[in-house]
Amino acid sequence: MQYNQINETVYQETLSNGLEVLLVPKPELEQTYGVFTTNYGSIDNQFVPLGEMNMVQVPDGIAHFLEHKLFEKEDHDVFQEFTALGSSANAFTSFTKTAYLFSTTTEIKKNTEILLDFVQAPYFSESSVEKEKGIIAQEIQMYDDQPDWRAFFGIIETMYENHPVKIDIAGTVDSIQNITKDDLYTCYHTFYHPSNMTFCLVGAFDAEEMLQVIRDNQSQKSFDPVQTIKRERVVEPAHVNKDHEVLHMPVVTEKCMIGIKETTTEKPTDFIKAELMSEMILDYFYSKSGAYYQELYDLDLIDGSLGFETERQLSFAFSLIGANSTDVEQFKAVVLKQLDTFKTYMFSDEAFTRMKRKMIGGLMREMNSTSNIANSVSQYHFLGIDYFKLLPMLEAITKEEVETFMHQWIKSDNVASFFIKKETQDD
Amino acid sequence: MLQTQETIINRQGYRLHMIQSNKFKTLHFVAKFISPLSREHVTKRALLPFVMQQATKNYPTANAFRQKLDDLYGSTFSMDGSKKGEMHIITARMSVVNPSYLSTDEPILAEAVQFFNEALFAPKVLDNGFDPKIIAREKQSLGQKIESIKDNKMQLANMRLIEEMCEGEVYKTHVHGYPEDFDAITSESLYNYYEQVIKKEPLDIYVIGDLSELNVEALFDQYIERATNGPIASMQAEEKTVTKPKEIIEEESLQQGKLHFGFRTHTHYSDDDYPALHVFNAIFGGFPSSKLFINVREKNSLAYYAASRFESHKGLLFVFSGIAPADFKKAKKIILEQLEAMRAGDFTDEQIAEAKLLITNQYKENLDEAYGMVEMLYNQQFSTKDSMDDFVARINAVTKSAIERVANRIELDTTYFLTQKGVE
Repeated sequence: MQYNQINETVYQETLSNGLEVLLVPKPELEQTYGVFTTNYGSIDNQFVPLGEMNMVQVPDGIAHFLEHKLFEKEDHDVFQEFTALGSSANAFTSFTKTAYLFSTTTEIKKNTEILLDFVQAPYFSESSVEKEKGIIAQEIQMYDDQPDWRAFFGIIETMYENHPVKIDIAGTVDSIQNITKDDLYTCYHTFYHPSNMTFCLVGAFDAEEMLQVIRDNQSQKSFDPVQTIKRERVVEPAHVNKDHEVLHMPVVTEKCMIGIKETTTEKPTDFIKAELMSEMILDYFYSKSGAYYQELYDLDLIDGSLGFETERQLSFAFSLIGANSTDVEQFKAVVLKQLDTFKTYMFSDEAFTRMKRKMIGGLMREMNSTSNIANSVSQYHFLGIDYFKLLPMLEAITKEEVETFMHQWIKSDNVASFFIKKETQDD
Repeated sequence: MLQTQETIINRQGYRLHMIQSNKFKTLHFVAKFISPLSREHVTKRALLPFVMQQATKNYPTANAFRQKLDDLYGSTFSMDGSKKGEMHIITARMSVVNPSYLSTDEPILAEAVQFFNEALFAPKVLDNGFDPKIIAREKQSLGQKIESIKDNKMQLANMRLIEEMCEGEVYKTHVHGYPEDFDAITSESLYNYYEQVIKKEPLDIYVIGDLSELNVEALFDQYIERATNGPIASMQAEEKTVTKPKEIIEEESLQQGKLHFGFRTHTHYSDDDYPALHVFNAIFGGFPSSKLFINVREKNSLAYYAASRFESHKGLLFVFSGIAPADFKKAKKIILEQLEAMRAGDFTDEQIAEAKLLITNQYKENLDEAYGMVEMLYNQQFSTKDSMDDFVARINAVTKSAIERVANRIELDTTYFLTQKGVE
């Protein structure tokens, strides 16, 4: 597939075992980035294990735990295989995905084979599972000390009643104690089938040659027949669970997060439009060029740290606005009033052109990075969306569409707030 | 093989570095002003980048300034101050989409260059000073930013370590400045200081991207009026030998303790042994295959992260790890044992070969990133030795004895532990 406007070409093939291969050659680069992604993340905590009949629930944090443990084999650590080639390897777990990656400037074929092989050859033992608990406990405690992270999960817990998005991706120090090697194998066999995964390579290589390397590698391995994974669908109300929550922490600067809980859609074109439009709107009002940013700044309610983001997946979607503030109550009151104006807001043509141009520039800039391209191509592929078509989709969005979207965005019961406040002094 | 096509031209009042590359869908401009780090001026230098981004002559409000960037297809502009050894650098960065990817005939690029130069050379001026309202508000923001460092324990531990370690040296100066200086800084005094920076300090401008169709020199020359340009400053930093290592333990409300170490390497950017310091660090703590990661994390499960990083110009090495408060003694012992092992030559030829590959790989990857490339090229000016190709050759020539020599020169200066209140 060629994309002339942005001068990119993507090679796509579905292998007989179900694995989706996506290759984006960029011969002008030094670097090649490979990412092997499974459609499995922290929210997939209730499912029917492969070959079984009944729904089970696994301990919180297991997808992330499994990500750590895949690197360890019976007699060595996979990091060492990559570093022996001078490459770097890493992995991450999100709400809905687990991804394993390398980046290199040499030996692309070997790196690719190591990545495919280590993810497809799990080795879990009781002792190595126990050993990992100490490391992950330190990772969790590192995050526990970070007010931004606590605020992020704080607002999600405030918005969601049942949906597992409210569970911290790494779990808790307590929940991970319950993880066993058998749990890991159960999750692994269910979610790491090639038909639930993509392999994406971006960088300086020959596409035909690499496609053959991947085909050959996969044809040497045998997998169970493709089966549909049964995941629990949790019923989550459209309204927020609670309007407001507060967490007291030993902080110097207090924080406020405002969350908008949104309705979901599975149709790819609607999905991507909703994502692009919510990003565009938040950026228009709350980036440094935005009128609402300026208002908060002029009222001395922010210190330049205002942030916003949209997280949209098939089973949940929300947008966040947050900042450090010397007056979190007032910050909240002003933002809620600002969001209320969305219900009737109309854009001038000039403003609409500007906001769209900015999004176009942002999208092009993202395409400077091999890791961004590889992760976006993979993640959108799971949603049935072609990443390199985002640009024409964005260009086609009209002012009326954005206004219609915005007018129904904020409801009386889908906005929540969360504060990180100082601990009351008693010592 | 590692050709970066850098052309350097001495223009009237500045050095123009042009780097032709077809890797990016954007064009990038970077300007760097350099001056010796000093306690006296640092707060002004910290404030300036914030003030300058709030308003210019033609874009007199932050809104107008940012909207112009949005109009230029979401161009980005940022400015900051940073420390390099005992020098301070003010850097402005801008990126704009290469117009060949856009369906527009507007002169996006010329306007972007104009904007970049306006932001640097034509700030908003009222009565021979900056806008006093902007100054007041930006002091407040900077003050809040300084305060909030305390909420990031890793940063806090790092800052405290350097304060303790470099007591009495100019290197300990905080790059964010000091709130106690705010009262003495007026809109006039800051503007006077700004004029000094703009007129007198060595200025390097980098332009990166597909420049084949552009007359870059002409684009910049029309905006820059400077009588002369100084040569890039030489990088001198105070050398100190450790007389007695310090150990500082402080308490905060936190769950994870931060155990940081500061060492003196006595090896600097221009030294013959500098490549050996790179290889040393790669084996010691720079990567997940390094001794620190393997021994602190993988073998003993004491930490999620344990790593080392070195500073090239002042000659410092730092080790960072996040551990349970009760594990202090154990973690400290294991970390210092790794340095002893390096000194004793307890590493293999395979580890050396691997370290060299890792460094080369990381170095080349940086060349795919526009701002990363600028940092490398700018650094190069501080040494007579290095061109990009040389660097890889010099890394590959490092011997085991050179690594041991570097390791044996490293001295522990300060151990800093930020721990939980009430845990022994």
